[in-house]
Amino acid sequence: MSVKKTATKEKSPKDVPAPSGEVVVPGKSLGSRILQSWQLYAMLLIPVIITIIYKYIPMYGIQIAFRDYKPNRGFFGSKWVGFDWFERFFTAPNFKRMIVNTVKLSLYGLLWSFPVPIILSLAINQLRFKRFKRVVQTVLYAPHFISIMVVCGMIRIFLSPYGGLINLLTGNQIDFMTEPDAFRTIYIYIASGIWQDAGWGTIIYLATLSAVDSGLYEAAKIDGASMFQRILHIDIPELVPMIVLQLIMAAGGIMSVGFEKVFLLQTELNKATSDVIAVYVYQQGIVEHAYSLSTAVGLFNTVINIILLFIVNKIAKKAADVSFV
Amino acid sequence: MEKAKKHGLSDKVSDVILVAICCIILLIVAYPLYYVLVASVSDPYEVYSGQTFLVPSKFTLEGYQAVFANKSLFRGFGNSILYTVVGTIFSVVMIYLVAFPLSRKHMPGRKAISIFFIITMYFGGGLIPTYLVVRDTGLLNNMWALFLPGGVAVGNVIIVRNFFENNIPSELMEAAAIDGADDFTTFFRIVVPLSRPIMAVMVVFSMVAFWNDWFTSLIYLSKDQYPFPMVLRGILITTEAMKDMWSGMSYADANRMAELVKFASMIVAAVPMLVIYPFVQKYFEKGFMTGAVKG
Repeated sequence: MSVKKTATKEKSPKDVPAPSGEVVVPGKSLGSRILQSWQLYAMLLIPVIITIIYKYIPMYGIQIAFRDYKPNRGFFGSKWVGFDWFERFFTAPNFKRMIVNTVKLSLYGLLWSFPVPIILSLAINQLRFKRFKRVVQTVLYAPHFISIMVVCGMIRIFLSPYGGLINLLTGNQIDFMTEPDAFRTIYIYIASGIWQDAGWGTIIYLATLSAVDSGLYEAAKIDGASMFQRILHIDIPELVPMIVLQLIMAAGGIMSVGFEKVFLLQTELNKATSDVIAVYVYQQGIVEHAYSLSTAVGLFNTVINIILLFIVNKIAKKAADVSFV
Repeated sequence: MEKAKKHGLSDKVSDVILVAICCIILLIVAYPLYYVLVASVSDPYEVYSGQTFLVPSKFTLEGYQAVFANKSLFRGFGNSILYTVVGTIFSVVMIYLVAFPLSRKHMPGRKAISIFFIITMYFGGGLIPTYLVVRDTGLLNNMWALFLPGGVAVGNVIIVRNFFENNIPSELMEAAAIDGADDFTTFFRIVVPLSRPIMAVMVVFSMVAFWNDWFTSLIYLSKDQYPFPMVLRGILITTEAMKDMWSGMSYADANRMAELVKFASMIVAAVPMLVIYPFVQKYFEKGFMTGAVKG
């Protein structure tokens, strides 16, 4: 996931035109060029149809957030109710708690986990023994490839009060999974997130650092710069645009806290901190069949995310002259 | 050298410190996995009394036998293999079908088609509208509900398109065009064979995504169709599957079995992907750097 994102992001700061790979015959009419490309359109046919059905029709279906959706009446036949569902959500007893939890969870998550891949990549980049470097990278990437289900299973087992690893090592018998304080903090959600994805996050920074001219290092060494100084004066300035770019992306996703992990780690007793909007959307929609309410809440979340994305993008554009939208 | 000393630690000392730090990090990342591995071949009572920090205690393979002897776990494993294979083929074919036309600059409407796909990266219908469309197209309890609603992996399309544009020599395409090759011929004869590294990366990304996915099947599939992670959920998270799985046994035996299976099944779920990715690690780093950094 992160790789896909980064590849698109990476492009924007320095848009190098790609070499064109085909012969364009000038003077041909648009009609004949379209005819000439029929094979390309044929290739696109199935992907476009799938995208229309499963991506664009659901977008059109968002209007059930403003209707009282009844299965037998369909998307358009159901009664128009305006903002009723939104009001219902805003006055729900847990509304404030859900908003606060969602924002806090991702904000704290961002603050703790954002710097880790940067620091790791600065360290890995300085490793001079190629084989050791490769081992470090391979091991650090490993947790990214493990199912979130397994990670959450490990968390639950390790934190069990009956012989869980953490309690064994510390000589305690704490039932972390029932502690609202432990859920958000470093113990459960954030710490496991860093464990799983910090290594994977180094790829984009290592790729950026690999572009540093090695002559720069040589010159710095001759000038007597220590490793620390080389990191400070060569590596970090090189990384800054990428760091800003990553920060924009992360800030734009503040409201989209990872549903899967919260859902799998939530217990009745830690809901005070684990109750988030995404779980509510699932609960109301799939479990309670309150289709319209769930859609309204989801839409509310998406809209806030998009607004955040644009705001942060605008700030970054002014501050650092980078942008990705 | 003398100057270096003045400015701080010498490179040798820094190297040693750096390697030491990296070793500690390696330990932190690898140890939880190692612990699960050791616990999966140890007696559960030894595990929970803290006897298995470094080496197995009372070695046993019962956990693994139980994983494959249990009907729902075994069926889940089979389902996962099926979904991963079909999903990966479908997904990679879709990526290629979109990436190639978008890399052809002479195609009219290229820009509009790009935007058509990219919009779906930033905006979607959300959980319920998508669910309703899946239901109305008759895909509930159908394996294809795992693949079709995801549509085309647009982020991956962009990586692959960049690869086509930057890493396949344009002279080759021009020569082919002069020889009268049409788009299909260029695609199958030049682009597909020359893009193996990026294809390998896409295959691994898709495999990992489908092997690890559970939420889609929670929403769209029935219990018999659950993939391995969803069966794991019954064991690890909700623990509701436990009662049915070893119903014939005494409480103590069933409990012991459950604990054994917990560790072994996590290993069974994790190992296939952990074995695969190092093979393409070199590809995705390389493909990624040429695809992304050069822009």
